[in-house]
Amino acid sequence: MNALRFGYIAGPLIGALWSFVIAVVVCIAVSFISGEGVRPVLLPSLLFGAWLGFAWLPDGGRARGQRIGMNVVTAAIPALAFLFIATPIVGSGESRQSTVILAWALYAAAAFWGTLVMIRPLPFGRATRHEFEDAVIRFLTGFGYIFFTAIVAIPFYVMVMTSLKNQAELLQNPLDFTIDLSKGWGLFRSYEELFTEFSFGRYMWTSFYVSVITVFLTLLFSVPGAYAVARLRFKGRAAFSRSILLIYMVPMIVLALPIYIAFSMTGLRNTIVGLVLIYPVTTIPVALYMLQGYFRGLPAEVEDAGLMDGLNRLQVIWKITLPLALPALASVSLYVFMIAWNEFLLAFMLLDDPSIFTLTRGIASLDSSEIPRQHLMAGSVIATVPIMVLFLGLERFMTKGLTAGSVKG
Amino acid sequence: MSTNSEPTPPIGTGPLAKREAQLAWGLLLPTIAIVSAVVVLPLLSIFWISFKPIGLADLRPPAPVVREALRGSDDNLRIEYRLRNSSQDQAISGVTLSDTIPDGLTVTDGADIAPCVVNGRRLLCDFGDLEPGFRTRINIPVQLTGDEDAVKDAISGSEPDITGSSNSILTNFEFTGENFARVFDGREFWTVLWVTMFYTVFGTIGALVFGLFAALLLNKEFKGQGVLRGLYLFPYVAPVIAVAFAWVILFDPFSGSANALLVQMGVTNEAINFFGERPLALIMVTVFEIWRYFPLSFLFILARMQSIDTDMYEAADMDGASPFQKFWYLSVPQLLGILSVLFLLRFIWTFNKFDDIFLLTGGNAGTRTLTVNVYEQAFAVSNIGAGAAVAVVIFCCLLIFSYFFFRFMSREEGL
Repeated sequence: MNALRFGYIAGPLIGALWSFVIAVVVCIAVSFISGEGVRPVLLPSLLFGAWLGFAWLPDGGRARGQRIGMNVVTAAIPALAFLFIATPIVGSGESRQSTVILAWALYAAAAFWGTLVMIRPLPFGRATRHEFEDAVIRFLTGFGYIFFTAIVAIPFYVMVMTSLKNQAELLQNPLDFTIDLSKGWGLFRSYEELFTEFSFGRYMWTSFYVSVITVFLTLLFSVPGAYAVARLRFKGRAAFSRSILLIYMVPMIVLALPIYIAFSMTGLRNTIVGLVLIYPVTTIPVALYMLQGYFRGLPAEVEDAGLMDGLNRLQVIWKITLPLALPALASVSLYVFMIAWNEFLLAFMLLDDPSIFTLTRGIASLDSSEIPRQHLMAGSVIATVPIMVLFLGLERFMTKGLTAGSVKG
Repeated sequence: MSTNSEPTPPIGTGPLAKREAQLAWGLLLPTIAIVSAVVVLPLLSIFWISFKPIGLADLRPPAPVVREALRGSDDNLRIEYRLRNSSQDQAISGVTLSDTIPDGLTVTDGADIAPCVVNGRRLLCDFGDLEPGFRTRINIPVQLTGDEDAVKDAISGSEPDITGSSNSILTNFEFTGENFARVFDGREFWTVLWVTMFYTVFGTIGALVFGLFAALLLNKEFKGQGVLRGLYLFPYVAPVIAVAFAWVILFDPFSGSANALLVQMGVTNEAINFFGERPLALIMVTVFEIWRYFPLSFLFILARMQSIDTDMYEAADMDGASPFQKFWYLSVPQLLGILSVLFLLRFIWTFNKFDDIFLLTGGNAGTRTLTVNVYEQAFAVSNIGAGAAVAVVIFCCLLIFSYFFFRFMSREEGL
């Protein structure tokens, strides 16, 4: 371990790792964007990165600024030459030269700049613990941003792009996500068909009003309950608080089976009423738990003042507590809306009639070998976009509400 | 002024406290009522069902079925009722039929219409018990006194009332232990349990580790921090069905982009069937679980991090602590509480997870967890009883987990 703490060892190591990461990421990105295969080559990319990591180190007493200037001559030029002899990124098969050069350029820029930033804290010789850890953290940070962004973005990118293509294009080159802009509105054919032939407009409307009713019913039940648990003293408060959490933990599939049986026998299966009956119950425990956490945080003195002034408890809740708790109500509503909108299992088990499908149930019905999969992806996009827009618009509420209420601390 | 009474604290519950408790229960009542109707009742019924020999087809209880039609003409005109027992193996008792003879028809006097009697316009038939698979026809001779078309419409427009009670398998007292024997039978159960444990443990730990990493990345102010935070929450916010299908298409063995990419990069020569091979499928669904739920732990950990007092870090800086030391000796102890709560919660939720695996693999290729097994037994094999038995097993595991959870939570948070 100790040997690692020398700048001339840590620098090249970090450079090599970074260079390889960048080579892989650039190749994935370029392949996904252009549809032409480019691939990283392990050894050259490691060697090139190590060379960069070594060359960017400061030496002796010379200032870094001077050093960087010198590097352009002493390091960058040999490095560029190296790029052409044993290149870290090669095209494969029918990829065009321009694509490969674009990949090179991206790679070179990211590798040069990244390595420079990462090994900035390192001296040439023995590094202090601070300097060494600082450099490692810089590497991990850079790696982390790229890693998380890639793993989150790629599935969504694939989802959107697939929905804009047609079956033949998809089979011909699965990597090719380029969009033929000359098609104009033709790009959105899958969407058009979903709305015209598969009545996704109606599914969307069903999903929407089911979710809104769910939010409304959930609040109606959970606000008084949460207030009682948070503010009023009564025997069994702790036990009640625990049973809420316990119910929160009961898996849906365990409940879905008896509910399926009961609904089949009472004729509630395959009706929106049945769905609206069942959704709030799955969300009430969450909402109750989030809200009571928030109500606890409100100053009791304001309410006491209200009581002194002659309001009764219900008036206090209506006139004082609820207006104060508006942000919490917003975030709980948003969260409950999200749960109801995204709910799949119950809709899948309880609904058979295409005229009352919710969006998620509608997408599930697209999952068959006869329906091309750009339709499936277009359906997914249709279900994802509204909830994303809502969520991004109100993100502050969302994160606050989620963290403030649901798990304390 | 009386001095003989010492001031004593009030004993028992005063009227105020009583009123408060009453109000509290009043506020809680609707919630308790609806939750017990939809959660507690089903939970109890699942225990009941798990001891029942019941299949999907038994959900429709045996019932008498009747069809009514006007047949023949002129002298031979008659109303025909065709009656049958819908079940081939269960009797129906106390079957009666009642109908109204429409205007324009009169029942021929003196005809033998047993077991029916006519009382004015009212027809009443008492069939007693119907044997399993029983069928019969009743002909009521009638004479036309009005418009024929109107009569026909009246007959096809109105349904006769029919009653009869049957012994439903759900409500009788026939029990069997076969469902549990079936569930615990053989190696399959242990495979399922092992898969569940693998999925739960690695899914939970993975989501926590990645969540912690992401939280560390975003625990500083910089331009675009909000954008990245929003982006990193995407997997959690998007509908599971959308992202699950996106993954399935991305990793498709024939035309998936992931395979094309891997082949391009020379990692593999032939396409990999990510969701169709053992043990890769199990690893993939676990990776999906981590991918989908790291945002949740990331959110909680980040919130906790931002509430840590910065003074401590300044003091540590003064003392010359290195970044890793600060993380290990300051941040980690502060985060331990939320990390363990998250671990327990996520453990239970991952254990309960159904949709993800169901959508990705349908429980095939060695990815059948306990929850998927409930569905598999109840709906794919059509044995509701066996599905309920698996659900009971899940519920028992859950009780054990929550025991640990509450023990820990009370220590950690004084809940």
